[in-house]
Amino acid sequence: MTMTADTPSTTATRIKTGKLRQARITGGILIALAALVALVFGAGSSGDAVFRLSRASDPIVVPNLIVPATAFNYIAAAALAFLGARQFLRGGVRWTSLSLGFGLALAVAAFLVWATAGKSFSLTGMLQATVIRAVPIALGGLAGVLSERVAVVNIAIEGMLLAGAFAGALFGSLLGGMSGVIAAVAIGGLFGLILAALVVTYRVDQIIAGVVINLFVLGVTSYVSSQVYQEYRQLNNAPVFRPIKIPFLADIPVIGPVLFQQNIFVYGALVMVAVATYYLFYTRSGLRARAVGENPKAADTLGINVYRTRYINVIMAGMVAGFGGAWFTLGSVGRFDEGMTGGRGYIGLAAMIVGRWHPVGALMAALVFGFADSLQQKLALLQTPIPSEFLAMTPYIATMILVAGLIGRARAPAADGKAYIKE
Amino acid sequence: MSNTPATPTPSPSPSASEKLLQRAAPDRVEFEDLVIVPIFAVIVALVLGALTMLATNVSLPTIGLSYIALIQGSVGSLNALSETLTAAAPLILAGLGIALGFRAGLFNIGAEGQLLIGGMASVIVGFSLPDLPMIIHLPLALLAGALAGGLYAAIAGWLRAATGAHEVISTIMLNLIAFRLVDYLLRLPIIQKTGRADPISKSVLDSAELPRLLEWIDPNLRVHAGIILVLAAVFLVHWILFKSTIGFEFRASGENPDAARYAGMRSGLIIVLVMAFAGALAGLAGANQVLGVLDRVTPGFSAGIGFNAIAVALLGRSHPVGVLLAGLLFGALEAGGRQMQVSAGVSIDLIAIIQALIIVFIAAPLLVRKLFPWGFQRTDKSSRSKTP
Repeated sequence: MTMTADTPSTTATRIKTGKLRQARITGGILIALAALVALVFGAGSSGDAVFRLSRASDPIVVPNLIVPATAFNYIAAAALAFLGARQFLRGGVRWTSLSLGFGLALAVAAFLVWATAGKSFSLTGMLQATVIRAVPIALGGLAGVLSERVAVVNIAIEGMLLAGAFAGALFGSLLGGMSGVIAAVAIGGLFGLILAALVVTYRVDQIIAGVVINLFVLGVTSYVSSQVYQEYRQLNNAPVFRPIKIPFLADIPVIGPVLFQQNIFVYGALVMVAVATYYLFYTRSGLRARAVGENPKAADTLGINVYRTRYINVIMAGMVAGFGGAWFTLGSVGRFDEGMTGGRGYIGLAAMIVGRWHPVGALMAALVFGFADSLQQKLALLQTPIPSEFLAMTPYIATMILVAGLIGRARAPAADGKAYIKE
Repeated sequence: MSNTPATPTPSPSPSASEKLLQRAAPDRVEFEDLVIVPIFAVIVALVLGALTMLATNVSLPTIGLSYIALIQGSVGSLNALSETLTAAAPLILAGLGIALGFRAGLFNIGAEGQLLIGGMASVIVGFSLPDLPMIIHLPLALLAGALAGGLYAAIAGWLRAATGAHEVISTIMLNLIAFRLVDYLLRLPIIQKTGRADPISKSVLDSAELPRLLEWIDPNLRVHAGIILVLAAVFLVHWILFKSTIGFEFRASGENPDAARYAGMRSGLIIVLVMAFAGALAGLAGANQVLGVLDRVTPGFSAGIGFNAIAVALLGRSHPVGVLLAGLLFGALEAGGRQMQVSAGVSIDLIAIIQALIIVFIAAPLLVRKLFPWGFQRTDKSSRSKTP
């Protein structure tokens, strides 16, 4: 997450040739996608794909979306080929990443149409699941944004999520749901404090500190759940937050069920992303935090307390991740299982990079991951010939492509990953 | 990365007398860092482990019993030693790979995935080539594991070199992909054990198995020829890092990538080579597991070895001999932890806590020095307070 410094001229030429090559690669990927869409999805589908947008019991019922599969996919393939050829031939033009993003979305749409051809599929249901599954990833990504903006690389998100899930289940079982959430936030903040102490005060390498916290949390939570929960099951039986319907708004077709009929974790995540954006980009302390991430020495010279800023932001990041962790237990199953976060924290980290170190970007990227996650679940119902393992892999492969494709334009905070030694 | 043992606290401008002192007694600083800090780290971790047990309602006698079991299960008998070595072998192999990456300034979190892919490749070669003599079949299976692991890791190296994509993210993604890939492969008819519905591979043929070394004493002793492989790998990595030109280039680009580039070293090629080499070692660790211990592949057979290997590399200060010792320690904790679970009823997950604590203290020598000021030279303390 750090880039080496160069003399300006070599940097400029490297960025230029790099951009050219990226455009070529992007073009190649898009053309390959076009071929895939045309040959597999276009030629292999027949009939109409029916997407259900609302249930019969909804207050406002909208008609189903009916897409002629073959025609749609051939048009999608043509559009992809156009985008790819444009990137390939006129490499280096603007919109490289926009084309890639649009192209990937188009390919996904074509895939969905192909999978649904001749059947019907609840689009609203899948979008609803997308938002739910995006929550821990978005909050993990937001935690990453908050700490990396003050130049602390936060690999420990995974551990913080797990700690939040654990504390949420334990205190939720003992004292009720709301106390569980508060405990999860507090324990997340505690691990934020530990991370900050390790990397800021004791100058442990940031990635090492993160890895250690992850190992430690995994160890402690697994130990307690196998040592204690086996005997005292009542300690691991927390209430689950039910969806709260927001009046009127929840009745809007499609958007209503997706956005306004969710539990507090979804609302909380959306609010936090908005607040974090405001904090980082529209307040004085946010500006100071970013200054610490870009050039701690200059910030220090201007009288900003670098260490304190880093402590505060990393603790906040921990609290956000702790809240995200509570989603796993209080927001879905009400029970803690060993290692139940299953790498969501790392995916949150990827969401942060794909989202260019911006809270809204991280949320968008998280929604993409959530989409892939729920797609994989729902597609089992449609019985496609593609093995589910490959579907499960696609978001990870897409992440690698995006991370590789974004470098050069998306830039990490300049001091990211470096300890600051006050003089 | 704190992988240069001699400079734990970089003091920008040490006074002349301190410089003289450091030159006169370099061993003292190194000795403190390499021996005293780890010893303190282990002791503190064990004490905190005991406190954890106390906090979860484990009685004092049981705590004593569990630590006795920990020692008995790791070094208390021939069988315990055999278990320790068996558990240590893959940790050391994968740890060597990660250490190599550290030396070159690369953080390879992907050992777990490389291990899975390497083990898978080894098993495929191990069961699919009948009627080969062992002297050909076994090396072939090992080579397949190393090659597959190396190529898999090289993807992350290539992405880093070609596009600048950070290897931490790409190796994490490759880990997740490897898990799914192994799940998929295990359901293919040519790999899945015939007549089984669950994901499990065919068994490795006898001619590809790493032979057990002490079977003539007791057939239950599991230690196998993999430990010879481990020793060879330690020597090889030591030779590469400190005696060969390419190793010098690895270390140079780790210490100062810009200087290395200006000196004419091809940084991109070095990154790919380091990752491939690290992946080959992790792949070999996977091969070691499937050919020496498990005989077959099941989902998640890597069992976190790739992640623990990161800890081993850190603990070993990215030095081959250090990795060897750290791997032995972690292997001993692993084997002792199993004994602890059986005879004292304390969950083996406690070992994970102890391991994590050891690394915290190793990675933060400042913290250990603060906790135990009496263990270290006084000048050290004064130089720290002078550090601006």
